[in-house]
Amino acid sequence: MSYTGEHLIYGQLGNIFIVLSLVAAGVATFSFARATRPQEPTDQAAWLRLGRMAFITQSIAVFAIFGLLVYLLQQHLFEYHYAWKHSSRSLEFKYLLAAIWEGQEGSFLLWMTCHSILGLVLLRGQSEWRSPVMSVLSMAQFALTTMITGLYILGWKMGSNPFLLLRDSGVLDNAPALHMNFDVSQPLRPDYLNSIKDGNDLNPLLQNYWMVIHPPVLFMGFASTIIPFAYAIAGLWKKKYGGWAGEALPWALFSTAVLGVGIMMGGMWAYESLSFGGYWAWDPVENASLVPWMIGVAGLHTLLIYKATQHSLRATYLFFMLGFLFILYSTFLTRSGILGETSVHAFTDLGMNWQLLAFVAVFTLPSLGWLAMRYRQIPSPQKEEEISSREFWMFIGALLFFLSALVIIGQTSLPVFNKIFGTNLAPPEDVEFSYNSIQIYVAIIIALLTALTQYFKYRQTDSAYFWKKMLMPLLITFVLFALYAWLVGVDYDRKGPVFEGSIWLAVLLSIYALVANIFYIWIGANGQLKNAGGSIAHVGFAMVLLGIFVSSSNKEIISNNIDGIPAPLAEGENPRENLTLVQGMPVNMANYTLTYEGDSAHPKKQLWYYKIRFTNKNGSDSFLLTPNAFVNYKGNEGLMANPDARHYWSHDIFTYITSIPNPENTADTSRFTPFVRKSGDTLFYSKGTLEVQPLRIRDSVPEEVFGKDGKLYEVPINIQAATGTAYQLTLRAAQAKGQWIPLPDTLTAEGMIVQLQRVLPDGSVELGIKESDALLKYVTLKAYKYPFIKLLWYGVWLTAIGLLISMARRIRLHRARATSA
Amino acid sequence: MKKLHIILLILIAVSIAVLISFTNTTSTYDTVDTAKEKPGKFVHLMARLDKSAPIEYDALNNPNYLSFTAIDSLGASVKVIYHSAKPDNLEMSEKLVLKGKYKEGNFECEEIQTKCPSKYKEAEAQGKTHPGTIADPRMSTPTN
Repeated sequence: MSYTGEHLIYGQLGNIFIVLSLVAAGVATFSFARATRPQEPTDQAAWLRLGRMAFITQSIAVFAIFGLLVYLLQQHLFEYHYAWKHSSRSLEFKYLLAAIWEGQEGSFLLWMTCHSILGLVLLRGQSEWRSPVMSVLSMAQFALTTMITGLYILGWKMGSNPFLLLRDSGVLDNAPALHMNFDVSQPLRPDYLNSIKDGNDLNPLLQNYWMVIHPPVLFMGFASTIIPFAYAIAGLWKKKYGGWAGEALPWALFSTAVLGVGIMMGGMWAYESLSFGGYWAWDPVENASLVPWMIGVAGLHTLLIYKATQHSLRATYLFFMLGFLFILYSTFLTRSGILGETSVHAFTDLGMNWQLLAFVAVFTLPSLGWLAMRYRQIPSPQKEEEISSREFWMFIGALLFFLSALVIIGQTSLPVFNKIFGTNLAPPEDVEFSYNSIQIYVAIIIALLTALTQYFKYRQTDSAYFWKKMLMPLLITFVLFALYAWLVGVDYDRKGPVFEGSIWLAVLLSIYALVANIFYIWIGANGQLKNAGGSIAHVGFAMVLLGIFVSSSNKEIISNNIDGIPAPLAEGENPRENLTLVQGMPVNMANYTLTYEGDSAHPKKQLWYYKIRFTNKNGSDSFLLTPNAFVNYKGNEGLMANPDARHYWSHDIFTYITSIPNPENTADTSRFTPFVRKSGDTLFYSKGTLEVQPLRIRDSVPEEVFGKDGKLYEVPINIQAATGTAYQLTLRAAQAKGQWIPLPDTLTAEGMIVQLQRVLPDGSVELGIKESDALLKYVTLKAYKYPFIKLLWYGVWLTAIGLLISMARRIRLHRARATSA
Repeated sequence: MKKLHIILLILIAVSIAVLISFTNTTSTYDTVDTAKEKPGKFVHLMARLDKSAPIEYDALNNPNYLSFTAIDSLGASVKVIYHSAKPDNLEMSEKLVLKGKYKEGNFECEEIQTKCPSKYKEAEAQGKTHPGTIADPRMSTPTN
């Protein structure tokens, strides 16, 4: 059976490349493994050449698969399920890549692409470590390729194929109109594709530039963790346990920098463009990427210890191996659907859980088993570290980081424990606090160690030297801390004095870490920045910590609903965080007066921009924020809000829409309620009073319009709203040709239409009042003030820059040693 | 024994203690009946919206008051009170995770997690539908 309009060649090509990639990765794994064995140099060269060719072939295949997928989406070839599901004709070109890695298959492909790039870099140059490292990397490529094959092997579905046809995906199976004779048991109509006019589109929340740049960086970070892992395996394999340290160190630095930036880009995205109200929520998906990073940082530090003192090599093995293994575990956690209710990130279960589990097991069991077998052979000096040595405190810091990572992943794995032990435990009441209350103490100790450790020397430190160098930084720290306490402070008493005190301590020590490391750039590296990578990274890290503590402890919800709230707040109740703004009506909020000025629509999408004017009460500042929201966008019912923020050097003002009137309820169905009143009488409506003024009659009206005896009646009305606003209206009604013709007057801000319906013979008037929310355009929003959030962002960048400077230096040193040797 | 070993043991002991104390702070997934049995205790109530009962939310009057009735898979129902803005996809949700406490006849909810997979995903998962049958303006329904 053939169908019209399909372009099957691309899918066939794609599948050929998938098979090619699978085979080539397998060949590369085997060849590099053979090249690792001790043997004749000519044989080794032959295996290496084969491995190299196979890996290059594999990389080309992966890039080709990626390119084909881009083409399917860009050409709107909706006969392919992936294109139909993740893109649409209206999807802007800039989000094409975002659509590719929205799905599981595409994100596996992104991961493989990153591995390929890293592998091609690793292939350059000569090194005895190349073959074992490449063998491990090729094996990972092989495992990842199986995730996108979509082959059925003995009834088992292996992987999920990105080139699956829409008609094979099952979504068309129950559509009578697309089948012959409108019978779903019959085959599809040959021209079924004519009915598939458009795709499902990229989730509107993901139509964001962060979705374009965050995943590649994050996946490059994920991918890079395999390199330290592979070097550790290579060390066990070749039984040259420490030989790889110099070569692996730049990679460990690269991995820490890229993964760290990737994670925090996710935080920036959450903060700036998603209405989560923050940059970090200890969500399982966030934790799953943080934990490998923390373990990697621990490994980086123990590797530095090893290079300087020969200590801590065993720990380095453990950390580098676990760093990568936890990446695999994270993959399982986030893609298996096991997180269920505990995560806001929606990942669908592709029915690949056993395969994912096998992926984790196939790397975890042999590698940890091997480490256990060879553990005793890994050299470890008998002599103990001095307590005044740098390596001692660095090791303590690394260990603490590692254990803290384990605690985090332990807490995150609650759904896994439920699954294994059949328990029914749910996350605690205050999830964030359950992490914060532990990690703040880790942060305090880490900040202290970050400040102190560089002032110790390797082996041992003379205490006179230590205190002499430490004096200035300590002094400046106390001055800055006093200034901070005076000007900013800590405003966080929700969790009791102990926690608040801990925040104060954490702030003090973060400042200390910042100052001590700035000083160390001159003390340790004579101010030469290219040699001060470590100190620069530590300065950045201290800024990150300081930014976290200062911004979180002083975060203010400024939309606290105080004005016009009918029910008073009971004692101990949570503050009410949502504020409703009626169009054109100013409302006071914290130091600002807010006015909802109106909205505008995106020309092509169901995306609305709400213009909210913020005016500072002392008149010094006025600005417009336009948070936006997708409303009932393409089948995603409801509101998907994106915030908007005003950035100041010291803080951000940040707002997003939490609710809008339901368009279905805005049909104006209410009727006018009549009230008869005399002049001077008052009359109540739901939000205030109306006072009727004396009636005026104008009878000199044109006869051709009003007819004989036509009159125009006018009655001024004073309206006093409960909010304190007063209005004046003049209602008019005509008596023309024997008919009463009222001229309704709309008071939008009060949600009311009033009209003079008729004048009774005794001179009293009949008013008609209609109150309806349908008249009102309003939005409900939340607004925050985040102080000093910039410290966090700049800190992240500075940490990464420091790490990269360090990487460059280590590459230089390694090359110099290699040429001199 | 080396100093580092002692410190290692202490830190591991602390980590284990921390994890055990964490399990004491965890809550539970509950049905309406089991939630009612432990008033004042924070639970995760798994339920769905009772669409036959009214939803009370008036953003103009009070944007921080929402009340509705939740019904669980066993058919028991409870009135839910939530002091924040109404999640916009409440009516569309298939399943609700209500985090809060049962108190004086009502379920005082602190956080609502609505589970509404986009209807495509849902339909796809069930293999029940296809683009042509979904009432969506951008999907043209085959005419003949």
